[in-house]
Amino acid sequence: MTDMRTPLSRVRGHGSAKSGTEHFWVQRLTAVANIPLVIFFVASVVALVGADYETVKAYLSMPIVSIMFLLLIGSGIYHMRLGMQVIIEDYVDGETAKLLVVIGNNFFSVLVGLACVYAVLKLGFGA
Amino acid sequence: MAETPARNRPLYRPLSPHLGIYRPMLTMVLSIVHRITGGALYFGTLLLAWWLVAAATGPEAYAVVQEAATSWIGRFVLFGYTWALIHHLLGGLRHFFWDLGTGFDLGTVEWVARLTVVGSVVLTVLVWVLAYTMAGAL
Repeated sequence: MTDMRTPLSRVRGHGSAKSGTEHFWVQRLTAVANIPLVIFFVASVVALVGADYETVKAYLSMPIVSIMFLLLIGSGIYHMRLGMQVIIEDYVDGETAKLLVVIGNNFFSVLVGLACVYAVLKLGFGA
Repeated sequence: MAETPARNRPLYRPLSPHLGIYRPMLTMVLSIVHRITGGALYFGTLLLAWWLVAAATGPEAYAVVQEAATSWIGRFVLFGYTWALIHHLLGGLRHFFWDLGTGFDLGTVEWVARLTVVGSVVLTVLVWVLAYTMAGAL
């Protein structure tokens, strides 16, 4: 098939960012991971309803619980970051505004994720 | 390759009809709700962070979270959080089946949609009944 594009256009390499499939795939990969992790999370919270501080602290410092929470935070935060990016790309008009909100999305995700990870590690290694 | 149109010159192209002209259908509403619950859960992670950081900080900080969570407004928010989480999870399961290329016939699409609505409410209530039982309130 004849390539109808000009040589200049081919050289410029314009087109998609080639990261769409990765986005799609990781969105679903984290979604699958989130199912058991969210069930664990909800079960944990339900089990801790009405518990005093020492009980909660003891629970959250168990290694298996720490690991599950770290997985939940990693998978969950990554999933929500990807999801919010799609929402932004759909609704935010104008390149500058879009860019700023996408940056905000990344900052928010990293901030919340890191805060959670730090707290879980601190509890795990002895607050 | 076409030139990028000048930014100051509006480009008038025919637009496809938007949401407003369609009769609302369950599947369409669920699609919107899936996105809304996703957006809500996004900001809901602040609550998770607050809970974990407070637990890592100490008893005083944790007491503040506990007081907020057990207040009426706190319970209302957490009930909504629970429903949003479960609804988004069930909606995600629907998407998995579609991604696998199954469940596209209209009958299946419709009853699975209804199952998602009913299931999310039933499971949310179940979680809260369990939570109140754990707290010794039931």
